[in-house]
Amino acid sequence: MSRARDDVLARVRGALPGGRSGVPVPREYRRADERPRAALVDLLEERLVDYRAEVRRVGRQHIGEAVVAICRDRSARRIGVPPGLPGEWRPEEIDIVEDRDLATAELDRLDGVVTGCTAAIAETGTLILAGAPADGRRALTLVPDLHVCVVGEAQVLGSVPEGIAVVASAVRADRRPVTLVSGPSATSDIELLRVEGVHGPRQLVVVIAS
Amino acid sequence: MSAAPRDFPAAAREALADSQLRRNLRNATTTIRDKRARAVAEAPDWEELREAGRAIKADTLARLDEYLLQFEAAVEAAGGRVHWARDAAEANALVVEVARNHGADEVVKMKSLTTDETRLNDALAAAGIRAVETDFAELILQLDGDWSSHILVPAIHLNRSEIRDLFRRTIVDGPLSDEPAELAEAARLYLRERFLRARVGVSGANFGVAESGTICVVESEGNGRMCTTLPEVLVTVLGIEKLVPTLEDLEVFLQLLPRSATGERMNPYTSLWTGVTDGDGPRELHVVLLDNGRTNVLRDEVGRQALHCIRCSACLNVCPVYSRTGGHAYGSVYPGPIGAILTPQLLGIEHAASLPFASSLCGACYEVCPVKIDIPTVLLHLRAKAVEAKPSAAEAAAMRGLGWVFRDPRRLALAQRLARLAQAPFVRGGTISWAPGPLARWTRARELQPVARESFREWWGRRRT
Amino acid sequence: MRIGLFATCIADTLFPETGKAVVSLLERLGHEVEFPPAQTCCGQMHLNSGYRREAAALAERFVRIFDGFDAVVSPSSSCVGTVRELYPHLLGGSASVVEGVYELSELLVGRLGLEDVGAYFPHRVTYHPTCHSLRVTRVGDAPLRLLRAVRGLELVELPEADECCGFGGTFSIKNADTSIAMLGDKCRAVVASGAEICTAVDASCLMQIGGGLARGRTGVRTMHLAEILVSEERA
Repeated sequence: MSRARDDVLARVRGALPGGRSGVPVPREYRRADERPRAALVDLLEERLVDYRAEVRRVGRQHIGEAVVAICRDRSARRIGVPPGLPGEWRPEEIDIVEDRDLATAELDRLDGVVTGCTAAIAETGTLILAGAPADGRRALTLVPDLHVCVVGEAQVLGSVPEGIAVVASAVRADRRPVTLVSGPSATSDIELLRVEGVHGPRQLVVVIAS
Repeated sequence: MSAAPRDFPAAAREALADSQLRRNLRNATTTIRDKRARAVAEAPDWEELREAGRAIKADTLARLDEYLLQFEAAVEAAGGRVHWARDAAEANALVVEVARNHGADEVVKMKSLTTDETRLNDALAAAGIRAVETDFAELILQLDGDWSSHILVPAIHLNRSEIRDLFRRTIVDGPLSDEPAELAEAARLYLRERFLRARVGVSGANFGVAESGTICVVESEGNGRMCTTLPEVLVTVLGIEKLVPTLEDLEVFLQLLPRSATGERMNPYTSLWTGVTDGDGPRELHVVLLDNGRTNVLRDEVGRQALHCIRCSACLNVCPVYSRTGGHAYGSVYPGPIGAILTPQLLGIEHAASLPFASSLCGACYEVCPVKIDIPTVLLHLRAKAVEAKPSAAEAAAMRGLGWVFRDPRRLALAQRLARLAQAPFVRGGTISWAPGPLARWTRARELQPVARESFREWWGRRRT
Repeated sequence: MRIGLFATCIADTLFPETGKAVVSLLERLGHEVEFPPAQTCCGQMHLNSGYRREAAALAERFVRIFDGFDAVVSPSSSCVGTVRELYPHLLGGSASVVEGVYELSELLVGRLGLEDVGAYFPHRVTYHPTCHSLRVTRVGDAPLRLLRAVRGLELVELPEADECCGFGGTFSIKNADTSIAMLGDKCRAVVASGAEICTAVDASCLMQIGGGLARGRTGVRTMHLAEILVSEERA
């Protein structure tokens, strides 16, 4: 195997001219969105809805109620949560299962999950799950069919570069895996008609909390 | 799986006669084209993003050895193992070995053109290991024993009732309608079972970040997340050209790719993982860095920009040739405009000499390429190489003859007079409806303009006196 | 201005009326037009077919023959595109001649600042933007502005105008089937526009489109932009 390594590297070097320097990268694209936070939050909602997520906007103190209502509306009883999920987001009315290394089969038996997120990107309607305590591990927001994600207004960023800066921090800090979620799962493979929900959670509900 | 490139004109001729394919392609390409145009129009800094994308890829290739070493070190520091593969056989052997070491008789795979290129599934099958394709379209193709005709929408040549029939033959017992939602549900149930019990997952990658060893995968369905999160062991195969230098560089590509590929602001799921993480995802990560001809492409100063490709397929959707012939006619995992320049360089021009000519040089591809690959220029460059590598004596003689005529205006004038004489029996009513030889291919479907009774230069000469 | 005319091998041999129209038009506008008889071909066909050496020889001739004019004009965007964009690579450097080479509509609108050239052409016309004029020489809407200023001319829109006609030089022979498929769609669009005449700034595309329209007995014909612009009111 190291023979292959040597060969490939030798071929790469042999293919490139000697005495080379890098290519300068012009970064004249938009780096940040200067709009006020309120506009960004509205934009986030609009973009999430456009890509078929449901959005509910509530005051911070009503997150628990919102979670109850969502679960009731969707007949979701067993709800998984990351161990770091705040207590106020775990209403008593719901059967809460903490994800302490649940086996995949147990994840499959959950009706849904509630998590927070690390940040959100308004322009693209994207949630950034980057391993913060309330984000949960990746399998948690993948296997169950309903994902309820709480976003605080203060977590809303405008542009993709701003979002990637957050991702970069998480990765550089301790190599955390990151998932960017921009809607429920979809395929457009049948005559290009978008069909919701093949594998990932088919239902994504975003609770935006002021 | 993928056939070796045939003679494109012959393959195209067959494909053009398939009316179902023509209809599906037309619908698909126009739909995606319009979506892409709308998504791009929304971004006021699109040209700036394209320029940054081009430069980042150019920089990656200019210092590829440094970035490869940086990537390798970072992946290993994060608990992953890096393997190098000179060619398809080595890459496949590495994947097979990992699967064997874990006693897996089945692996779950997400769509990866790179593993299609290496024909990984065949190699796994030969080792008694089933590779379950989990992308909806790839699943269809696998069940159908067929291969992809489009980078992004591989089963574009099938319509819903064909898919329904296929599922009823293979994975579904009992009634099934051709409603897309029902078809998707059938696939979901079949695959979910396999995801939940798989021990080994295989993926490709859209990007590998040199700085951190992070791998980035972009998808819509969620099957990629399933393959890369649930199994204990993950093998990721990526071509050496997939690297980008820093995490910040992703801010450019994660805007260019979704808008160019599916015409969305952002695709549903983008996953980034760096080595292995305790308690979250696979316990073992193997990364296979693949050459398989890429260093040949790298050697060519003009042609190497083909390695900038981020596999969005925007060029396919605007190509007047691809949108009529489909992907099979190109006989390669990489079809369309990018295929016409990448395939001959990966395989050697002598193995795909007709592909650079499968283009009217309209330039629509260059216009939409998110990383500004100058496909028309590379096509011309490769045509010159094709002519050298696989010369046609007859064509070369004709070209030399014509060149000789054009090097002296008196010869041109004489040639015009001779042509006027030669065409006389074929001109009727001021037009030529049938001409012999290579011109017959013109007159098959078009009237041919005769040589004028008096050429412009003859008129000018007369006018002067 | 003293303008050198690069007629192109196609116009010289098959469509002399196009060359004559350019001469008449520019002379009517008060310019001196010269056709250096040493000219033959820009080498585009050789270049596009992979015969670079032959093409380079023709490029060298071109650059010598057209030196010394105030401007060089050609009724072909594809030839002008070849000269401006590809000669520098072919000849390993930029000859200044190359920069002063214009396709007709570029010369009229861009260089001479004209839109109304005094033309009269009472017909329904549709305009096909050729791929080279769209993406290589990038003439933009110059041809349309010229057409709109023609008295009596009714300009109708061409559906899916930006689609390639399928000529592509030897592509039309080597990949005849695909070329014909593309041509079919283009002809259908031309007929659907309701025009009597389809015009463009490239004789090669017009040859492809015209050939298809004639074979299909559509009753629609093609005409180079120059020939429309040179038409005048008959007293």
